[in-house]
Amino acid sequence: MANIRRWLALLLLMLLMAPMARADDTGQIQFHSPQQAAQYQHLLQEIRCLVCQNQSLAESHADLALDLRLEIAQALKRGESPEQIKARLVKRYGDFVLYRPPLRETTVLLWFGPALLLLCGLWVVWRVIHRQESQA
Amino acid sequence: MIRRFLPLLILLAVLMVAAVGLRRDPTILPSTLLDSKAPLLRAALLQDGGMPQTAELQALLPQGKPSLLNVWASWCTACLQEHAALQRLAASGVTIFGLNYKDTDAAAMAWLRERHNPYRAVFVDPQGILGRDWGVYGVPETFVIDGQGVVRQRIVGPIDDRALSQQLAKLSR
Repeated sequence: MANIRRWLALLLLMLLMAPMARADDTGQIQFHSPQQAAQYQHLLQEIRCLVCQNQSLAESHADLALDLRLEIAQALKRGESPEQIKARLVKRYGDFVLYRPPLRETTVLLWFGPALLLLCGLWVVWRVIHRQESQA
Repeated sequence: MIRRFLPLLILLAVLMVAAVGLRRDPTILPSTLLDSKAPLLRAALLQDGGMPQTAELQALLPQGKPSLLNVWASWCTACLQEHAALQRLAASGVTIFGLNYKDTDAAAMAWLRERHNPYRAVFVDPQGILGRDWGVYGVPETFVIDGQGVVRQRIVGPIDDRALSQQLAKLSR
């Protein structure tokens, strides 16, 4: 009984602390409209942090990510469109900052490579089945 | 005959791709500035007292001779590691400019006083705003600028002065 109560207490504590895990600087920025706040959140998900490369700007706690978040927020408030902001970041850091890279010559393999591999696999499977059938 | 060795050939191809892929350091990103004019860098200079002075990198670049822009900070341990290499380069006559990134003037000044100062001039960027124009995402970073003011290379992390001086010699020709 005492054990269960201890577990419940721990669970309650964890639930109470959950909002803190998400608390960061983004809550302090005052946007002009809910749309702008939504644009901001969306941009942060789409842009990669250059310091911790497998995190988006929204997730990263790196110093540079913090700076870039502020830069994006200020640009949005100045009235820049998300496209303009993205274009500026790409010009500065390259396509790498985008989690969804644009389709161009150098990224064709990145976009269609998996499908190509799948086709190769299907071809091998088809050959194997075909051979077994002809032997039977 | 070929059929027999096909699996082996495929294995070799995969191994080759893996060998190349695994050796690449994904944290080193190519600079978008390569082969374009160095972004305008106009900022206050780091100095030991006296009247604050502002300067423009483009005006200070030696004409027809390559130079370096080294982004550093007193809090950066890798900068300490490459300091000797910078000094060797400066001693051999290479013009090196500094960009003091997210640092305080006092700390930067003390750091330079304690060691030798390899820089022709150091621009200060306490907020890291100028560094952003150059696509800096970590310190140290070193940009090689040719005699025409064009960025020719970016090195992320501590420099290797031997490789760098060879490259500078190539650019001087």
